[in-house]
Amino acid sequence: MARETAFNIVLSVLLVAAPVATSLLGEPFYVTLATRIAILALAAVGLNMALGLGGLVSFGHAAFFGLGGYVAGILAVHAFNMEPMFAGIPGTKLMPVIWLVAIVACALLAFVIGAISLRTSGVYFIMITLAFAQMAFYFAISWPAYGGEDGLSFFVRNNFPGIDTLRPLSFLAICYGLLGLSLVFFHRLQHSRFGSALQAARQNETRLAAVGIRPFHVRLAAFVISAAVTGVAGALFADLNRFVSPSMLSWQMSGELIVLIILGGVGRLYGPVAGATLYVLLEFALGGITERWQFFLGLILLGVVLFARGGVIGVFAGRPRHG
Amino acid sequence: MAEPILQLVGLSKSFGALKATDDVSLDLRPGEVHALIGPNGAGKSTLIHQIAGTLKPDTGTLRFDGRDIAGLHMAERVRLGLARTFQVSSVALEFSALRNVMLALQARQGSSFRFFKDIRSDRTLTEPAMAVLARVRLAERAAVPAAELSHGERRLLEIAIALATGPKAFLLDEPMAGMGPEGSKALTSFLAGLRDEAPILLVEHDMEAVFALADRVSVLVYGRIIATGTVNEIRRDPEVRRAYLGDGA
Ligand SMILES: Nc1ncnc2c1ncn2[C@@H]1O[C@H](COP(=O)(O)OP(=O)(O)O)[C@@H](O)[C@H]1O
Ligand SMILES: [Mg+2]
Repeated sequence: MARETAFNIVLSVLLVAAPVATSLLGEPFYVTLATRIAILALAAVGLNMALGLGGLVSFGHAAFFGLGGYVAGILAVHAFNMEPMFAGIPGTKLMPVIWLVAIVACALLAFVIGAISLRTSGVYFIMITLAFAQMAFYFAISWPAYGGEDGLSFFVRNNFPGIDTLRPLSFLAICYGLLGLSLVFFHRLQHSRFGSALQAARQNETRLAAVGIRPFHVRLAAFVISAAVTGVAGALFADLNRFVSPSMLSWQMSGELIVLIILGGVGRLYGPVAGATLYVLLEFALGGITERWQFFLGLILLGVVLFARGGVIGVFAGRPRHG
Repeated sequence: MAEPILQLVGLSKSFGALKATDDVSLDLRPGEVHALIGPNGAGKSTLIHQIAGTLKPDTGTLRFDGRDIAGLHMAERVRLGLARTFQVSSVALEFSALRNVMLALQARQGSSFRFFKDIRSDRTLTEPAMAVLARVRLAERAAVPAAELSHGERRLLEIAIALATGPKAFLLDEPMAGMGPEGSKALTSFLAGLRDEAPILLVEHDMEAVFALADRVSVLVYGRIIATGTVNEIRRDPEVRRAYLGDGA
């Protein structure tokens, strides 16, 4: 336990110090890299609530990542063009409002998807969540109003009161702030009554029902919360690139989030952070050398699954223990 | 005579051509231990599953504490006060013994949708959970993950969890299974005291325990109840002796 805490602290310090230092040395590119890490980690913290704590292998979280992205993009474009959306509602460039809308939209979508898919389990659950995400993907592609296949660009990053979001370090700080909040939330959730029921649902759902708690209700709540967190990450991702496209909704994106968690450590607080760091650095280091960098990612994933079930964190800190 | 707390009328359940439960009627009255005995494969566990809600009967009615529970989810039946233990221990293996009991307590308090408070320092859970573990003499093992408990300790943990749900009736499926003579004896005297808290429908193979505990015994053979009566009546019943007890009993 103490070793895991030490690992988490060291990783946090590195993730803050490295981009700040390189930025001072006039290498702003690393700030973008760190921002990518923060956003992917945030998305994966969301998924980790469903997958890690609840054992719900959602292969459709790209739907929420992408929905969050489109919420940011659509609101921003309407605000920029000063044309109201449906029913006369105006767009907005205010990040906090965008995040709130993303949270509500993703929670509603997750409620519908979850209410249907959580009636199944195992490989059927994986396939149904995938099917829903694919529906969202094709819907975005075939909806010309917001760019269709080509995606949707917006020219200026959205605003946050009192912060110049165009400065890369400032935007990174916003992303880290939200990532930090999500980690605090995950930690509280894990040790709460709800978290206890959710983890029991993963270990033994009959037992959970036999103490008087319906596994379906607990899982549905977890799925909704999980989707909302991933949706906020999607909004940030859109802001990072000033661009949203259907690729955010693709099954590869869903897979990437799962891979991040497995790399880092399933159900571990910092699993998504460690996984995202490793993933983005690998992509950066190997992606420059060979287009086939995913081959090496595959090798590493194989190694983790075969020899280090606890992911990177498991290698450093051993198995987790419950109180 | 007191109203039965649990009442089954004409329950039937088939698995394909196999009639695992065949027109079973049975009740459980306040303060009693009602033992359900019968050879392996007679359908005892299947009957418990239907009462608890893990299996749906094909026909028949199920009443508990004055209401029809046939349409209720297992979890809702538990919250009404119908606690059960499994023939094969079924606990949350990664959780400590304490945390398994705490889970039952939070369900009983109706408070599983709390997202922030840390349960490890929540004395409204930890203290009553320790008290329940102490009752089954597992207090020293409270912090041990359930996966590392011995078979016998896990049987006791099941009973502790059932106790923690605040039951009005117990369904115990072979609680003595694999406990050894010492363990069975200790558990028998524990269950003897438990009947005052809530009546027990007890499925058990250990005849010594059944004859020591039961106020009434029902004998199930091929899914049918062939006799119900006091221990002495059942011991003397010729059909029961032929079908089940053998001559030595
Ligand atoms: N889910 C099931 N599907 C098919 N047959 C089953 C199922 N569960 C139990 N059975 C059969 O029903 C009969 C009764 O089983 P069970 O209730 O476990 O008996 P007991 O607990 O009295 O030993 C057995 O023949 C068993 O093989
Ligand atoms: Mg049985």
